[in-house]
Amino acid sequence: MKDFTDEQKERAANLKGLGSSRKRVEDARFTQGKGNYVDDIKLPGMLHGDFVRSPYAHARIKSIDTSKAMALEGVVAVLTAADLAPLNLHWMPTLAGDKQMVLADGKVLFQGQEVAFVVAKDRFIAADAVELVEVDYEELPVIVNPFEALQSDVVLREDIADKKEGAHGPRKHHNHIFTWEVGEEAATNDVIENAEVVATETVYYHRTHPCPLETCGSVASMDKVNGKLTVWGTFQAPHVVRTVASLLSGIEEHNIRVISPDIGGGFGNKVGVYPGYVCSIVASIVTGVPVKWIEDRMENLMSTAFARDYWMTGKIAATKEGKITGLHCHVTADHGAFDACADPTKFPAGFMNICTGSYDIPTAYLAVDGVYTNKAPGGVAYRCSFRVTEAVYFIERMIEVLAIELNMDAAELRRINFIKKEQFPYQSALGWEYDSGDYHTAWDKALKAVDYEGLRKEQAERVEAFKRGETRSLMGVGLTFFTEIVGAGPVKNCDILGMGMFDSCEIRIHPTGSAIARLGTISQGQGHATTFAQILASEIGLPADSITIEEGDTDTAPYGLGTYGSRSTPVAGAATALAGRKIRAKAQMIAAYLLEVHDDDVEWDIDRFVVKGAPERFKTMKEIAYAAYNQAIPGVEPGLEAVSYYDPPNMTYPFGAYICVMDIDVDTGVQTIRKFYALDDCGTRINPMIIEGQIHGGLTEALAVALGQEIAYDDMGNVKTGTFMDFFLPTAWEVPNYITDHTVTPSPHHPIGAKGVGESPHVGGVPCFSNAVNDAFRAFGLRHTHMPHDHWRIWQTANKLGLHD
Amino acid sequence: MIPASFDYHRPSDLEGVLALLKEHGDDARVIAGGHSLIPMMKLRMAEVPQLIDLQAIESLKGYSVNGSHVKIGAMVTQHELINSDELAAVAPILRETSLQIADPQVRYMGTVGGNVANGDPGNDMPGLMQCLDATLHLIGPNGTREVAAREYYEAAYVTAREEDEVLTAISFEAPKGGYAYEKQKRKIGDYATAAAAVTIQKDGGKVASASIAMTNLSDTPVWSEAAGNALVGTTCDAGAIKVAVAAMLDDIDPTEDNRGPVAFKKHVAGIILTRAITRAWERA
Amino acid sequence: MSKKMHINLTVNGEHHEFLAEPRELLIYTLRERLNITGPHIGCETSHCGACTVTLNGKSVKACTMFIAQADGAEITTIEGIGSPDNLHVLQRSFREHHGLQCGYCTPGMITRASKLLEENPNPTEEEVRFGMAGNMCRCTGYQNIVKSILAAASEMNAAKEAAE
Repeated sequence: MKDFTDEQKERAANLKGLGSSRKRVEDARFTQGKGNYVDDIKLPGMLHGDFVRSPYAHARIKSIDTSKAMALEGVVAVLTAADLAPLNLHWMPTLAGDKQMVLADGKVLFQGQEVAFVVAKDRFIAADAVELVEVDYEELPVIVNPFEALQSDVVLREDIADKKEGAHGPRKHHNHIFTWEVGEEAATNDVIENAEVVATETVYYHRTHPCPLETCGSVASMDKVNGKLTVWGTFQAPHVVRTVASLLSGIEEHNIRVISPDIGGGFGNKVGVYPGYVCSIVASIVTGVPVKWIEDRMENLMSTAFARDYWMTGKIAATKEGKITGLHCHVTADHGAFDACADPTKFPAGFMNICTGSYDIPTAYLAVDGVYTNKAPGGVAYRCSFRVTEAVYFIERMIEVLAIELNMDAAELRRINFIKKEQFPYQSALGWEYDSGDYHTAWDKALKAVDYEGLRKEQAERVEAFKRGETRSLMGVGLTFFTEIVGAGPVKNCDILGMGMFDSCEIRIHPTGSAIARLGTISQGQGHATTFAQILASEIGLPADSITIEEGDTDTAPYGLGTYGSRSTPVAGAATALAGRKIRAKAQMIAAYLLEVHDDDVEWDIDRFVVKGAPERFKTMKEIAYAAYNQAIPGVEPGLEAVSYYDPPNMTYPFGAYICVMDIDVDTGVQTIRKFYALDDCGTRINPMIIEGQIHGGLTEALAVALGQEIAYDDMGNVKTGTFMDFFLPTAWEVPNYITDHTVTPSPHHPIGAKGVGESPHVGGVPCFSNAVNDAFRAFGLRHTHMPHDHWRIWQTANKLGLHD
Repeated sequence: MIPASFDYHRPSDLEGVLALLKEHGDDARVIAGGHSLIPMMKLRMAEVPQLIDLQAIESLKGYSVNGSHVKIGAMVTQHELINSDELAAVAPILRETSLQIADPQVRYMGTVGGNVANGDPGNDMPGLMQCLDATLHLIGPNGTREVAAREYYEAAYVTAREEDEVLTAISFEAPKGGYAYEKQKRKIGDYATAAAAVTIQKDGGKVASASIAMTNLSDTPVWSEAAGNALVGTTCDAGAIKVAVAAMLDDIDPTEDNRGPVAFKKHVAGIILTRAITRAWERA
Repeated sequence: MSKKMHINLTVNGEHHEFLAEPRELLIYTLRERLNITGPHIGCETSHCGACTVTLNGKSVKACTMFIAQADGAEITTIEGIGSPDNLHVLQRSFREHHGLQCGYCTPGMITRASKLLEENPNPTEEEVRFGMAGNMCRCTGYQNIVKSILAAASEMNAAKEAAE
């Protein structure tokens, strides 16, 4: 904007376009309690569904007696697998090419699995009826450890026991799902064998859960008169739900309308298709009246969409000077009872092959083995692009371990291995093309901002004081430099159940110069109604305040793959910009006609076309819009609309530098975050206020995961962390204030240079908190300790190091 | 999470409560703030066919302070304890403890009586009341009786209170000297990993008397006479504290749960107690 | 099914009388019987505070109260805190300082914050964090919520001073 006149700057500011910290349009309804979430939907005659769930992690079902439940006044139906089998709906396909029981078919495979679906007049009667369904179980041996699963004679998935081929190639064992390999195995082994230094470590990223504050739910309404099915639900991808519902039910897709109303947070939990959705639909088809299903919190934590559960073993090779020469990674991935990962189809381990991180590593190899266990299915991308959190955690831990091996400063080790600015676009050894980056600049800025050298000096002094017995507190400096891979993705290699991962935007300009734009994505708190209007405002020159953004209704929105993996801005945001440019192209013809000059003689100026060299002669977009509808223009169709379907040429690669300063009470294991600095580079910044909010939120989710949040099972497969007493969600009291900062390195292939930001703080935050804990004990010989770093595990680490003696 | 059905009663006096308890026997439970009982009912882990709400009984409300004698009605909430300057002046450990319980909303509802009476080992007030050598006032079909807090707890959820009795009040002599309630927890809203209530009286630079109890480290709160005695006559130096801690560690019997294994809990119990004693001594 | 009770309730100044099973949780009464859907259900075990309302002058979690217990009570929900033409300072402040994202916790947050500022009109940041610890948010990391509440307190105090 530096070349703009004051008058132009004012006009640009009035648009509240790119770069404006525009206040959110969503907030009026949310602050007044007028949001419309799925449980707020109430239809005449609506019934309520509730599940009978398995108390066992592995058991054969000998019989189900629903008679007492059916006898309860107000109970309308009790569905079991036997009822769904004739419709072929007792199993459903997962997003990962596996299939999953909708209702237990012969046996149960995890605690909390859906066994029967009770439909009653209200949720109280439904809950009472659930207690009256009698299920006779015969307990079977339980396997909760993936390594044990691969050795065990116990067959978890009897339905596919004989299948030697899975959706992703050969299966090595009856509890094995797939092996996924990327890179050069022989070459990598060769580099490691001949390396001057090799660091080896196994890093476990524990099982956790996205746990949005709103649980999952749906309301299905089958209108038998018109043959139309309408489904409201907590869907991060409503169009995918419509297509799946059509394929499963046989109802033609035009007769199905899927609506995502306001969503109370998603974080990946609401990408998958769950038995509850299917059962509410079936129940509505069976009963002919609307049926609501709302998960309670225990059901949410026990049965829908876990995340992580990756055992990652790495070998990293380097020269004595610290130049990394090779990386080998093997993952044992615990997928639970069904392979229900929400990954693009060709990527059974998501984008785990981004695990070379921000470093120029010439040779690398990755192999992932997916395994069945008696745990809930899922494997969703919890506030990250597919398995990117795992990848970044892995490499950022390996870097720290290598620094210990080399007796080097970990910040310096990173610096000498970063991909250099001039190497972009950069081809990674594991197959990605990083679009743009300037890692050294970001790193230097971050280190300077926190006075890194001063911190190390203070830390060394603390260690000495500790050794002298003057303090029982240690200090950790957590470092992380992460590169994300988001914006899935190019249709040539990214699809979900065969549907290419493009996204879309459709714009209608109204005659008086306001507009509505509809997208294939769906906000769950990201503020799309605010930010997409900003993209458009800058493209078409109408004020963001005059542009309505609508998402989530498949009858009106163009087809899109939804919102997860930070894909909205990279994909739908690009579609929005390009649809806007189509509007502008037509507007240019109209303006030229109105100004009585040739098309090429007008040029765009913020909110108007002006005659070149005669800026006093212009037509604003508002005037053009009116003319488009009200004036006969030779050779130009009336109206001003555009649609864009955008197939991204590449992913985008946001990056950032995070530094955490933590104090650790060695005696109690209590950690205190003294400072957290987060520098993010998400390319072009659309709304700095919203970006900052995303960073705060993602860091807090990262804090939770790193410091205590887990889905833990006992040996019997019982979930130990089924309520908020034990599943750690921090409150305002446990969370620090964060310092945010940024650099801007636009994406060269994105129409506005934006890369996406929502997930970066989680991806970068988890290793940063974890590295701080590990770093605090480095001076006492610690190489690695597993997350979550709750009090007792930190205490145990200190104890093993002899710090309590 | 939907509880099973029940009948609800809101008697206006204690006679009404006792009559209902007599009529319904095992089927009846009294409810005060409900923040222990209602979640259990919602999870269908507690079945309560007859629920007797104490909210309308005026005689259970309010507190009195006569010199150093403090008597607190069973229905006084933690919020009231925190906001009473009178109580904070005479027994500041009440406020210090109450602030460690749950969260603001829960403290508006959570009562002293509920926290003390039901024998949940995770509750903070029982340990505090043992430390203060409080007296629990019960009423039943045979009239009133008093039980010392130190005699009240038998096992998890098993107490000296008969099923047809109701806790009406708690009384104690306000401690003189220093005090501390120290609690380690995983987060707001959590029960203690370890918590310690300590009062110390000082005379001539030495400990004249000390009382020490700990929370959530056994199936009952643990008041350790030996731990308190270990400090008496000392200057509360590191050596003395060590002896007191060792005495307490002999008396507790923690079990493993999501907060951690036994060895950790014992270690933390020692640390938390050391800190509580130190703080109480500084204030003595 | 147990005997239904005759319930009297005043919500946001409006009186309601109806028959209900005692076990009906207050949150369901509000949301389903009275169509007051601002308060939400998040955890159901009285940890998250999404269901927070003001009941007889106390901040309470409506998921952990039976309608029988609330019989006779006066309740204020987010719907009674401000109106579109006359927003509460907190409602404006949360928007101004980006104190919300998905909006699910927001009604409980603002309802609780209004009570907090009533009891402590000039809180420190620490007091806000402690006083809001019964309300969980998964989106914002709390930083802007705290900022919103502190800003609202300043504005309310300034308005009070100006009026005096």
